[in-house]
Amino acid sequence: METKILDADAIRTMQDTAPTAGGVSKQKARISRLMVSPSVLLLLLWMVVPLSMTIYFSLIRYNLLYPGENEYVGLENFRFFVTDLGFMAGMTNTLLLVGSVLLITVVFGVLISLLINLAFWGQGIVRILLISPFFIMPTVNALVWKNLLLHPVSGVFAAIWQFFGAQPIDWFSELPLFSIIMIVSWQWLPFAILLLMTALQSLDQEQQEAARLDGAGPWALFWHLTRPHLARPIAVVVMIETIFLLSLFAEIFTTTGGGPGYETTNLAYLIYSQALLQFDVGLASAGGLIAVILANIAAFFLVRVVGKSLTDKQ
Amino acid sequence: MADLTIKNLKKSFGDVEILKGINLTIKDHEFVVFVGPSGCGKSTLLRSIAGLEEVTSGHIYLDDREITELAPAKRDLAMVFQSYALYPHMSVRKNMSFALELAKESKETINAKVAEAARILELEPLLERKPKELSGGQRQRVAIGRSIVRQPKVFLFDEPLSNLDAALRVQMRLELARLHHDLKATMIYVTHDQVEAMTLANKVVVLNQGQIEQVGSPMELYHSPANRFVAGFLGMPKMSFLPATVLVCDHQGTRIQLDDGATLTLPVDGTSLRKYSPVTLGVRPENIHVADPAESHFTGRLDIAENLGSDTYCYVKTSTGETLTVRTPGNFTCNFGQQIGLSLELDQCHLFDDQEQALPRLERIAA
Ligand SMILES: Nc1ncnc2c1ncn2[C@@H]1O[C@H](COP(=O)(O)OP(=O)(O)OP(=O)(O)O)[C@@H](O)[C@H]1O
Ligand SMILES: [Mg+2]
Repeated sequence: METKILDADAIRTMQDTAPTAGGVSKQKARISRLMVSPSVLLLLLWMVVPLSMTIYFSLIRYNLLYPGENEYVGLENFRFFVTDLGFMAGMTNTLLLVGSVLLITVVFGVLISLLINLAFWGQGIVRILLISPFFIMPTVNALVWKNLLLHPVSGVFAAIWQFFGAQPIDWFSELPLFSIIMIVSWQWLPFAILLLMTALQSLDQEQQEAARLDGAGPWALFWHLTRPHLARPIAVVVMIETIFLLSLFAEIFTTTGGGPGYETTNLAYLIYSQALLQFDVGLASAGGLIAVILANIAAFFLVRVVGKSLTDKQ
Repeated sequence: MADLTIKNLKKSFGDVEILKGINLTIKDHEFVVFVGPSGCGKSTLLRSIAGLEEVTSGHIYLDDREITELAPAKRDLAMVFQSYALYPHMSVRKNMSFALELAKESKETINAKVAEAARILELEPLLERKPKELSGGQRQRVAIGRSIVRQPKVFLFDEPLSNLDAALRVQMRLELARLHHDLKATMIYVTHDQVEAMTLANKVVVLNQGQIEQVGSPMELYHSPANRFVAGFLGMPKMSFLPATVLVCDHQGTRIQLDDGATLTLPVDGTSLRKYSPVTLGVRPENIHVADPAESHFTGRLDIAENLGSDTYCYVKTSTGETLTVRTPGNFTCNFGQQIGLSLELDQCHLFDDQEQALPRLERIAA
C-alpha cells in the first residue's frame, strides 16, 4: 500500500515538472484530460479504498482475539504503537538499513561499473555474473546467506575464519543488523551496477578526449565529466531502492525474525508482528499509517531531488 | 615559434596499416589543410599529432622537442572536435576556463584570458549559459574559445564546420581566417569541403590511403597537380580524363592522339615517354570551350546541361564514350543530343603517364 501512494505521488510530481508546451490549445488539454481520467480514477480507487479502510481500522479497537468488541478508541492505537518499545528501534533500524544499503550500493556500484567499463578479456561473463544476484528471490537469497555463507558452523565464512585460526563469528547473533545490510546490499548492488553501467556506456568519448587535451587526469575526468553524467542514474537508483528498502521484509523474516530483541526489526516487520503475532489489526493499521506517512516524507524529498536532477541536468 | 615536423609516421589498427609513413613539415603561422577521400586517415593523423592515438612508429617534433610519446595535455596543442565535445554540465565560462583551472593558474589570469577569448569570439553575452542552450554556431565558437584560452602553439581542427548549415559555414570560415590572422597561430585543419581547403589554406596536404599524395599551396595543387589522383580530387566539377597515345615526344612538346582520332600538341615535356605509349589527358571544365565544329579539336554529343545561373556545366559524350565536363556561360543554350565542337586550351591541359604521374609542363618557348 505504501508503494501505491508513492507511485501516485511520483506521477503527480513528474507531471508538474514536465515541460508544458506553450502552443497546446485548451481543447487538446481537455481531450487529454478526458483520455487519462479512467486510469487516474482507477488508480485513485485502488489507493483510496484500502487507505480509508486502514484509517477506519486504526481508529477502532480491532483485535482478532476479542471479536465483537470493535468500539471507537480515537488515537489510542497510534499512541500505543508509538510508545511501543519496538517503535524507536524500528525507526532507527529502518533508517540505518535504508541509509547504509544506499550508501554501499551507490559507492560500490559506481566503482564496479567504472571498473567493468574498461575493456578486458571476459567482460561479458563478468557483467552477467555481477548482474545475476538481482534475479534471485529475496527469500532464497536470504536462505543462501544464512545457511551457506554465514552459518557459524557450516558456513563458508566460518571455514575461512577457521582456516586463519580465528573464532568463527555467529553473524546473526553478534552482528545482526550488519548481516542484514550485507545480504540486502548483495541483492541490490547489481541493480545499481546495471543502471550505472548503461549510463557509463553513453558517456561521450570526444568529451573525454577534449578533457584529456585540457590536461585532465583520471581523477579530474571522473570528477568533472563522469560524476555529473552519473548524477541522474544515481538519483534514479536512490529513489527506486528507497521505495523497496523501506518495506524490506523477506530478508529479515527468513534470517533473524527481527531479533535478537528488536535489533533487526524495521517498521515493516514491526507492523507484521503487531498484526499477525498479536492479532491486533487496529494497532497494525495505525502502524501502517505511520509508516505510510514516513514513506511519503521520504518520497517527497526524493522525488524533489530526483525530479530536479531529471529536469535540470542535461 | 611553432614548427611541427612529422617523420615517417606509421599507425596500424591491429593488422591494418592506416598511416603508411607520413613525412611532413609545418612551419610557424601556417594554415595547413588535410584533404582526402573518406577513410584515408586524416582524422587518424590529426589524432596522432594530438596524442589521442598512439603511433606505431615514427616521430613527431614540435620545434626541437620530440612529442611522440608525450601526454596530450603536455604537447601545447589544442583540438576542436567535429562534435564540439563541450562539457555539458559546465557553463560556457567554465568550459573555457577548465584547462586553465586544471593548470592551477591564478583567478585573475583565468578571468582575463576567458574575457579576452569571449571578446574575440563575441561570446560575452553567453558566458553563463550551458552548451545545450546554444545554437550550433555558438557552440562552435565556444569550442574554439576553449582552445584559444590555452594559447597553444598549434590548433587542430577536425572538420569543425561540417555540422553547420551553408550560410553559417561561410561566416565561420571567414571568422577562422580572421582568427588565424589575429592569433598568428599555426593551424592544422581537416575538411571535406574543397572551398574551405582552397580559401583557408596556405598549404594543402592531399592524403590518399594513408599516404601523402602532394603538398603545396592551393594554387600549386590546382594548376600543377603531381598526379592523376590529386588532379581528380581537387576541383568542382572534376577534371575530365581522356585516354590517348603518344605520337611524337620531344623538347618542343608532345603530340598525342586521342582514341577518337583527334591529334593534339601539348606544351609538355614528353622526353620520358616512348612513342605509342598510353597516356591520359586531363582537362578542367573551364579549359574546354564550345566552338564551331569546323575549327574545333574534336566534337561530342551533348548529354546533360546543368544551369547554375552564373555558369552552365555541360556533360558531353565523345564518340568513344568518354564524358567531358565543359563550363560555359550561364546563358548558353543547347539541345540534348546535339553535336557540338570542342576546343581545348592546350597550355592548360595536363598529361599523365602510364604511372599516373603528371608530366612537367614546358615553359613557353614561343613567348
Ligand atoms: N579505433 C579504430 N580501430 C580500427 N580502425 C580504425 C579506428 N579508427 C579509425 N579506423 C580506420 O582507419 C581508417 C582511417 O580513419 P580516419 O578516421 O582517419 O578517416 P578520415 O580520413 O578521417 O575519414 P573521414 O573523412 O570519413 O572522417 C578508416 O578505414 C577507419 O576504419
Ligand atoms: Mg575524420
